[in-house]
Amino acid sequence: MKLTKQSVGTFLAKQGILVAFAVFMIGFALANQRFIDIDNIAGVIRSSAILGVMALGVTFVVIGGNLDLSVGSMMSFSTIVVLDLHDKIGPALAIPAMFGLTLLLGAFIGFLVGYLKLNSLIVTLGMLSAIHGLTLTWSGGKNMDIADKSGTWFSVFGQDRLLGIPMPILIFALLAAILGLVMAKTPFGRKVYAVGGNGQAATFSGIPRARIVFFTYLVSAFCVATAGLLQASRSLGSQNTVGQGMELEVLAAVILGGASLLGGSGTIFKTVIGVLILGFIQNGLLLVGLDFYVQYIVTWAIIILAVWLDVAAKRGSLWSPIA
Amino acid sequence: MTPDKRKDLLKMSAIWAFILVELAFFSIIGDRLSVSDKAFMDFENMLLLLKQSAPIGIIALGMTVIMINGNIDLSVGATFALAAIVLLESMTWPFMQTLGDWAIPLAWLFALLTGVAMGAINGLIVWKTGVDAFIVTLGAMLGFRGLVFMFNGEQPTSHLNWTLVDFAEAQFLGLHTATWFLLATALLLWLLMTKTVHGRNAYAIGNNREAAVNAGIRVGPHFLLNFMLIGFLAALSAVVFYSESGSVNPNDGMLYELWAITAVVLGGTKLAGGYGSIISTLGGVIAIQLLRKGLGHVGADTQTVNLVIGLILIAVLILDRQLNRKGQEELKI
Repeated sequence: MKLTKQSVGTFLAKQGILVAFAVFMIGFALANQRFIDIDNIAGVIRSSAILGVMALGVTFVVIGGNLDLSVGSMMSFSTIVVLDLHDKIGPALAIPAMFGLTLLLGAFIGFLVGYLKLNSLIVTLGMLSAIHGLTLTWSGGKNMDIADKSGTWFSVFGQDRLLGIPMPILIFALLAAILGLVMAKTPFGRKVYAVGGNGQAATFSGIPRARIVFFTYLVSAFCVATAGLLQASRSLGSQNTVGQGMELEVLAAVILGGASLLGGSGTIFKTVIGVLILGFIQNGLLLVGLDFYVQYIVTWAIIILAVWLDVAAKRGSLWSPIA
Repeated sequence: MTPDKRKDLLKMSAIWAFILVELAFFSIIGDRLSVSDKAFMDFENMLLLLKQSAPIGIIALGMTVIMINGNIDLSVGATFALAAIVLLESMTWPFMQTLGDWAIPLAWLFALLTGVAMGAINGLIVWKTGVDAFIVTLGAMLGFRGLVFMFNGEQPTSHLNWTLVDFAEAQFLGLHTATWFLLATALLLWLLMTKTVHGRNAYAIGNNREAAVNAGIRVGPHFLLNFMLIGFLAALSAVVFYSESGSVNPNDGMLYELWAITAVVLGGTKLAGGYGSIISTLGGVIAIQLLRKGLGHVGADTQTVNLVIGLILIAVLILDRQLNRKGQEELKI
């Protein structure tokens, strides 16, 4: 490929997020040796895992052309429910029960958005509030704690290691690999792209739009339940608001990964990159000695720059043609 | 009256009918279940309700303009907190303290200007880059919160000024200061949206951006103006609220954007833009606050309020869809 100005531009726009990631990593590594310390890297990925797992599910929903603002609230629900049931029916039953209940919530949202064709932003906004109410009703507004914290095997998911790798990283990686394959290689994944890219065309070509959207919300709910399990297992106790505000952080990671909010584009792999960028920037800025709030401001700039580059490449000009 | 107008009128009155139902429900049923012996429809209680609606209400009114224009603003909660910090912090600056009570209007000015500046940043980015407002303001929500922490650190900032508190707690013709601000904002925005060229253009742009561009409307400046307006209103909301409370926590205002959007949608404004009404949003704001107070009155916990509001929002959406579908069927005949 000949290196023209245009081809460089297209490459930057297409893989810009990877380039930016690389530049950041090298910059931080030069500024502080500790940044590329293996323990530090593992620590960052580990603390990003919960957000990351949720972002995987939301990627399905967003590629399918919808939004999910309820994942933060739903994650609080999963966490509280599994902690409460842990002491009541034991961890072996509590985990499937919690997954079942969370999937039920996902199915309800999927029904409203998929089959009733309601606006996903408002539906999931309503569910954000409703599920928060549900969580508070379940817990009676109190913090939830496991009674015997040292005598349970429930902590394996959040605190143990397997083959030297922390479990949250392993679960995140495994889920990302599976969902990445589903998205890229299966008929279901292709249908999600089709529905999000052009819903009407998809319907005309015989793709059951409603059912596909329904299933994207089930995938999202499954990921949320997994995130709730990791959260509960890590801390063995929780507030009712543990996931509050995470819906927008998750969305930021997904957008950073290059998924368009209009649907039809994005990949699981790029979402993982988006999640890691958020995590490493946070960590890198702290290691360089900057105050924690700088990460918010930098994230702001990065989100807008990333999407701007993407939009600019598609329309072929940097500035918007809006008069 | 054309069928379209009749449908509009029906939609506009729906939220007020809902408020009447709420009032009737909580007065009749509520009085049997109530834990207090005060009537729900108590005059004092209603006045307080209006006052408590003001902070979210003022933001929701601005959000209506933004949404009619076809955009959305997720950063209002952070702007609210930032303006609050500027308001309280600026009064402790040395030169401000030499001014006595004259520091108050100056502090307000600083806070309001902060809001306008934040709105201008969002508006300019939306205009010049062409990135969707949802993404721009999602980023700004994080960025502005960062600015809040930068100014403030992680501790709450407190500064009580008794002149300010007296002003905020004053009642004129029975209504609290905050209520007056809410009503005045509603009136001015209603005039803006129904009687001015800017308002008509905002509807036109939200309805069909391409067509508006073709009709020679300059879309960008309208965006900018409306974002500056909502920034101003988020700051005004902070001014009204923190003049009385005098203490701001860096996490204040979180999720306000979502509450404001809920009120706007309850009032019937369309997310896609081009349709909506300021007065109906005022109805939406009051309906939510009535629900909160009413459920509290019958002894329900705060958790039930969240549950009920969420489900009502979804129910409204389903109803709205049925109503619209009926309209389309009529057209076919």
